[in-house]
Parts: sequence; structure tokens; C-alpha cells
Amino acid sequence: MADIRNDFIGIKSPNPFWLASAPPTDKAYNVVRAYKAGWGGVVWKTLGEEGPPVVNVNGPRYGAIWGADRRLLGLNNIELITDRQLQLNLQEMKQVKKEWPDRALIASIMVPCVEESWKAILPAVEETEADGIELNFGCPHGMSERGMGSAVGQVPEYIEMVARWCKQYTRMPVIVKLTPNITDIRYPARAAKKGGADAVSLINTISSITSVDLDSFSPEPSIDGKGSHGGYCGPAVKPIALNMVAEIARDPETRGLPISGIGGVTTWRDAAEFLALGAGNVQVCTAAMTYGFKVVQEMIAGLENWMDEKGHRTLADVIGRATPNVTDWQYLNLNYVAKARIDQDLCIKCGPASMSARWKAASRWCRWRPGNSTSAPASPSRRSTPTGRRTRTTRWRGWRPNKACSVLCALEARDCDHVRRPSSPCRALLPVNGEK
Amino acid sequence: MAEGQFKTGIAAARLSPAQYAENFSDLHPPLDHHEALVEADRCYFCYDAPCMQACPTSIDIPLFIRQIATGNPLGSAKTIFDQNILGGMCARVCPVETLCEEACVREAAEGKPVQIGRLQRYATDEAMQRGRQFYERAAPTGKTIAVVGAGPAGLAAAHRLARHGHDVTVYEARPKSGGLNEYGIAAYKSTDDFARAEVDYVTAIGGITVLNGKALGRDIHLDQLARDFDAVFLGMGLAGVNALRADGEDADGVANAVDFISELRQASDLAGLPVGRRVVVIGGGMTAIDAAVQSKLLGAEEVTICYRRGQEHMNASEFEQDLAAANGVTIRHWMQPKRVIAEGGRVSAIELEYTALDGDRLTGTGETLTLAADQVFKAIGQSFVPAALNGSGAVVELERGRIKVDAEGRTSMPKVWAGGDCVADAREDLTVAAVAAGRDAAESIHRALMG
Repeated sequence: MADIRNDFIGIKSPNPFWLASAPPTDKAYNVVRAYKAGWGGVVWKTLGEEGPPVVNVNGPRYGAIWGADRRLLGLNNIELITDRQLQLNLQEMKQVKKEWPDRALIASIMVPCVEESWKAILPAVEETEADGIELNFGCPHGMSERGMGSAVGQVPEYIEMVARWCKQYTRMPVIVKLTPNITDIRYPARAAKKGGADAVSLINTISSITSVDLDSFSPEPSIDGKGSHGGYCGPAVKPIALNMVAEIARDPETRGLPISGIGGVTTWRDAAEFLALGAGNVQVCTAAMTYGFKVVQEMIAGLENWMDEKGHRTLADVIGRATPNVTDWQYLNLNYVAKARIDQDLCIKCGPASMSARWKAASRWCRWRPGNSTSAPASPSRRSTPTGRRTRTTRWRGWRPNKACSVLCALEARDCDHVRRPSSPCRALLPVNGEK
Repeated sequence: MAEGQFKTGIAAARLSPAQYAENFSDLHPPLDHHEALVEADRCYFCYDAPCMQACPTSIDIPLFIRQIATGNPLGSAKTIFDQNILGGMCARVCPVETLCEEACVREAAEGKPVQIGRLQRYATDEAMQRGRQFYERAAPTGKTIAVVGAGPAGLAAAHRLARHGHDVTVYEARPKSGGLNEYGIAAYKSTDDFARAEVDYVTAIGGITVLNGKALGRDIHLDQLARDFDAVFLGMGLAGVNALRADGEDADGVANAVDFISELRQASDLAGLPVGRRVVVIGGGMTAIDAAVQSKLLGAEEVTICYRRGQEHMNASEFEQDLAAANGVTIRHWMQPKRVIAEGGRVSAIELEYTALDGDRLTGTGETLTLAADQVFKAIGQSFVPAALNGSGAVVELERGRIKVDAEGRTSMPKVWAGGDCVADAREDLTVAAVAAGRDAAESIHRALMG
């Protein structure tokens, strides 16, 4: 049986699934429910400094987009940090940690970017016996207008400075949570490392407007006819998060810096992908908000089952296994050929009628259909140019790619002799891979 | 003698009013808003969609479904009506399982096609309930056209001609318009007087005058119409019913299935409609199924369909056969009627002979079976009655017993077009095929007149 116990920068949890700092971790009641459901750790909803708590909007705080099957694809929120008294949160945290010593409890903190503020709050947090702190340099909405959250995360120098203060004023491990609302994620990660942070966690939410009400012309979520950009999360952001995790994992300057992967983790498979790209564990919010705390049970069982099937004994056997396979485009093997063969018995023939219509397929999930030709297509002959770019010299006639193959066609719709991932929803597509 | 449900002979009021209401409610209840969105999302928006190619009227099915999915049901309805102005009825009565839904790629993929028929009904209901008309008449052309028959073909032709600015007079033999939509469709497929509502919706475009009670050959005559109008469209359907050619078929209790179905559709109170306790329906098409199922729903205890060939030869779709079976109708194959047995002039049983294929020829095996029956319905096909052409039969050429037309619906007679069940190449006698024929003949007439 695979051992999925997690040791992240010395913080131990029975599994690598933590709840991210967010509405589901706002108070003891919810955190205890999460622990009972099986979550390995919890990052408590971000604490602010002593004094009157922030005031949230009373209107809707969430916007959402759904896929065609009505499943949530992306969620956006304009909720601020905790709107409870600091002392209340700290008391509850202490109590919860005492009752659940085997689970990880992390304090997320966001205070003004001055040394005194950090110096003041850290001892109070330490008092709770929390396992570590996460510096919220990520929230793109509301708090950033007050010079906190992503306003800090967008300036590497600030990140380095605050991380250094924290390492100076507390014994607790320090995780810096990064905002994706920057051009190159490696700079803030390097700054965190330079400041002495023990780890980074990413991604925080992405600045977004989910939709516009076409009756009132108000952005959603609409507060009295007006809207403000919110933080976008959920399955839709996973590809962005995976790339940013990989960028940090393979950057020579930050290689080895522990990463807590966040962004759209919904199933064990998503989590395994984050781990494979170099994340030491994952944090989840949207899936728990959408489906309830119980989703973690699927994640745990699924991860264990996959590791058993593949013979991975511990998480260390998985973490970072895909990182070396992420490379720059220039290093891709231009002689590698991958083509698809269609099983005509399985093909449901939903595709476009002609080669010229192929671009139509570009934006959809791919299917291939055979055309008038009854024989298998000949390989398009290719000719390498000195620069390595290849020119297509023959066109297939009578063969029609469609939908599912569009994951490839989407990138290069004119040139569709690619192969789909084996997990393609198209059952008629048989990948044939190999070196030329 | 048993009373009520098990009363022997042909009797009315076998069931309670509640049972009648329940039995004759909508076969496929309409999709509500949420159901329509969920179903619409299942469509892959196929390129060169096979469903569209399978539709006799070539409705742009992927487009209308996408319009439903994106919250534009009225746009969706227009997409449907552009090709098929009787899209509302077709949504109800089309054998979609052998047309669009059979062709659906999700039928190929999962054996569960997108419910195209119900989605079409959702969109067309939306437009018709809101009374939304999508078409305006073109400037008057001054041309007049006579349409014979206010059935699907005639109505489709009339609407298209009126759109083009022509003045149309529709002559309909029956007191109500709609043709088989009004008189020939099982009641549970067209509830709430939908056929009438659709006629009103179609004729609301204006420029269409419907004269009911005017039969060709009795009240109007083809040569006269051809003289009085710029063009004539014949869409009078099939007036004749094939005979059993079995001894004793004149006995009381032997009736045409189409007459029974028509009577049922026109009945104001189903409890007043008598039906046998033991009913035998002879035939293997949709009419046989409609008559058998409705007999059962009226309270008949035992209903048997007897078809002279095998299950694979039945014209009724598999869905219709299943519907009959689900309603407790027994379908027996390979037997043909030999003799209707009567007692005191009333049918009491029917003697059938088993059949077999001898090469391509169907022959009786000599073995017989007698089924007790107090009502026998003949549903072995309808035929065209050329006498209605009133002496012009020599001019309007027939083919295989029906009117011969070319690809555009032109008959052999100048200025006269035809379409629907009365023409030789009518595809499976489907409502939707009749609509396509009427529409296309109208375009041909328009081209000829405006040339």
C-alpha cells in the first residue's frame, strides 16, 4: 500500500491534501469539519492585523462560469481576508491544533508592508502552535488597493524584504504565496528564496471578470450595479498553475525550493500532476467549495490506487518526476513523428467534410472521421529544412480530423496529422507514436 | 354478462374519466427550460451533421439546438420554420428514431441520441405560444394559386406561396384543416388541439383563404381550377383504404383503422367512444400501431396486431412496436386474414392463416388460427383515389396508382403541381416528407410564375 504521508518543509500531514486559505477555512467549525472529512492540512483564512477587522461586501462575492455539462469550470471571488477579530481566530486555531495534532495547520497572514506590523503579529501566531505561516502576497482584489496582497507579490523586492522579516521574527517555517498576476513567475519565486522563505505556494487567484449582466450592463458579481475584478480559480486555472509550478521547479535559481501547488485541483489526477511537476503537496479550495469537503476522500483513494498500480511507494517517488521533461521548445525533437490512425468501426463520423474546413475543428474537442477514401491515409511526406522547420508537401485527401483532435489542431489547424493523448474522449483514435 | 371494462362486444365508457385523461396525455411531455438546456448541451454541433442530412426538410438541426443552448429559443424556432413551417407537428409525430435521431452521432457513440424531436418541440412551442410570426409577405404579385388539401403538403405549399406574395386559396374536403395532422395522428401525439393551433399559426401570415368542405371532384374540379388560377397544387393525400380481401369483411364490427383514429381524434368525450373488448388489427404500419394502442388505451382488454410478414418487414418503426408492446398490445407475425367469422351479422372472431415466404412470394401454409374478436380494424394501407381528379385522370398521369410528378413536383398537366402522399414518390408517407414536397413545389410554382 502506497504511503502518502506528507512532509512539507518539516510540516507533517497524513496526506498531501491541504485546504487553501479561503472561505472554507474561515473558522474552527469549518476546519474541524474538514479534518473530519480527511483533509491532511488546512491553511487558515488569512489573518489581518489587530484592530477592527475588514468589512466585506454584503452582496454576492462570487462569479462563476460553467461548462456545457453545467459543471463549474471557474470561480471568481471578491471576498477579502478574514472579517473576524484576530484574537478570536488565534484562540480557535490554538484549540483546533491542540485537538488535531496530526494535521497540519498553517496561518495565512496579510498585514501592511511595514516591519512593525509583521513583528507584531508573528509572536501572536506562534502562540497558537500553528505549524507554519503562509504570507498572502497573492490576493488580487480589494486588499491590493490597500498596498497588500498582490500589490506586494508583484514587487520582488517587497517579497524578499517581508520574507526576511518573517524569518527573523519567527521560528515557524515560512511559505510565500505567489500571485500569478505577473509576467514571469520566476522573479517573485527567486525573491522569496533570497529572502529566506522555506517554500512558495502558488498560484493565488487570477484577476478576472467572469461575466457581464447584459440587462444591467454590470460586471458579475454585481454589487449594486457595479463590479470589481475578482480572483479567478477552479479547474480553468489549472493549466496556468501547472506551468508556473514547473517554471519554478526547473529554474536553476530556485531548483529545490519546496512548492505547495495550488490551482484547480479537483481530482487525485490533478494532484498527481502537480506533484509530478515538482509540488511537494497541493492545496485545494474550489473543489471543496463546489463538491464539499468529502472530495478529499476521492483524492486520497485515487492517489493511493494509482501509486500502488505504478509501484510508487512514497510521495517522494512521484514528486518532480515530470520536471525534467519540461523543457524549452528549442530542445524538442523535431524528428519525432506522431500520427493518428482511425478505427473506422469506432468512428462516429461527426467531423467536417473537407480539408479546407479543417480549421473549423480547431476549437473543439477532437474527433477524426474518415472521408471518401476507404484506405488508410498515406503519411504526409515531410522535408526538413536546414533550420529544422518542416514543410508539408502532401495533403491527405478525404481524411477529416475533427473535434477531439482539436487539442492538436487548435495549435496548428492546417496541419492535423498529430496524435491525441490516449485519454482523448475520442474512442476511435489510436495513437501511433515513434521516431521517424 | 360483465359490465364496464370487461363488457363483451363494442362498448363505450370502459374506463373512468381519469383513466382516459391519463391514457391520452402527451406521449412525450414537453421539455421544461432546464431539461431543454441539458439536452441541447449534448449536441456536438457536428459539421455536415448526419441528422440534418437525414431530415427530409433539411432543418439545420445543429444550429437550432445551439440556439436553444445559448438562450435563443425564438431564433431556434425560426431556424426550424425556415425549412419546415410545420416543425411543431413534425416535432411531435416524426419517427425521429428512423430519421434525425437515428443518424445522430451520439446514437452511434452511446446509443443515446440527442432528443432532437423534443428540442424541436421546445423551440417551436416557445414561438407559437408567444404568437411570434417570423415571416412577412412579399409585395403582392397578383398571382393566384389553388391548393387542394389543407394537410401538411398543402399548408406548407400555401405558406411558402403566401410568403412570396401570391394569393392562395386552399380547398379542403373535411370540415377542419390539417389533414392527417387533424384526423390521422394518434391522439397522444398531438394533444391540446395542437393541429388546429398550427393551422392558425401557419395561415396567420395572410394571403391564404381556406375553404373547408370543398372536395375535389364533388365541389371543385381540376380543369376549372386550372382555368381559374395561375397554378394548382394537389395535396389531397390518400382517400382510399385497401380491402382485406377476406371473406365476411362486411360484418358489423369490421372497420377501417383510419376512420377509427379519425373518430377518436374528433371525439369530444373519449368515454363516449365505443371499442371492442377483443380487438384485432390487421396490418404492420404506423396506422396499425396507432389503432391498436389507442384501442388498448380506450379500455380494450385484448388487442392483437396481425401482420402477414415478419417483424423485420413491418413499416412501423421499432419505437412504435415497442410502444405497442409496452401498452399491452400483442403483435403476431406471419399470418394473414382468411375469414371474418360473424354471429348475427356481428364479428365474433377472425380466422387467420399462417404464412411463409416461398422465395420472394408470400404464401399461406394452410395452417389456421382463430382469434376471438368483437372488433377488427383494417390497417393494410391507403390508396389514392384517382376518381377525384374528375375525368382529368387522362391528363394527370399516374404512376403506381398515384400522381406522377417530376423532381420539382410538376405533374403531367400544365400549371398543376402535386406533393405529399398522393404522389408516386412520396417517401414513406411521412408528414415531414409531405411538408418538404409542398414547400419545394411552392418554390417551383414561384419560379414558374415569376420566371
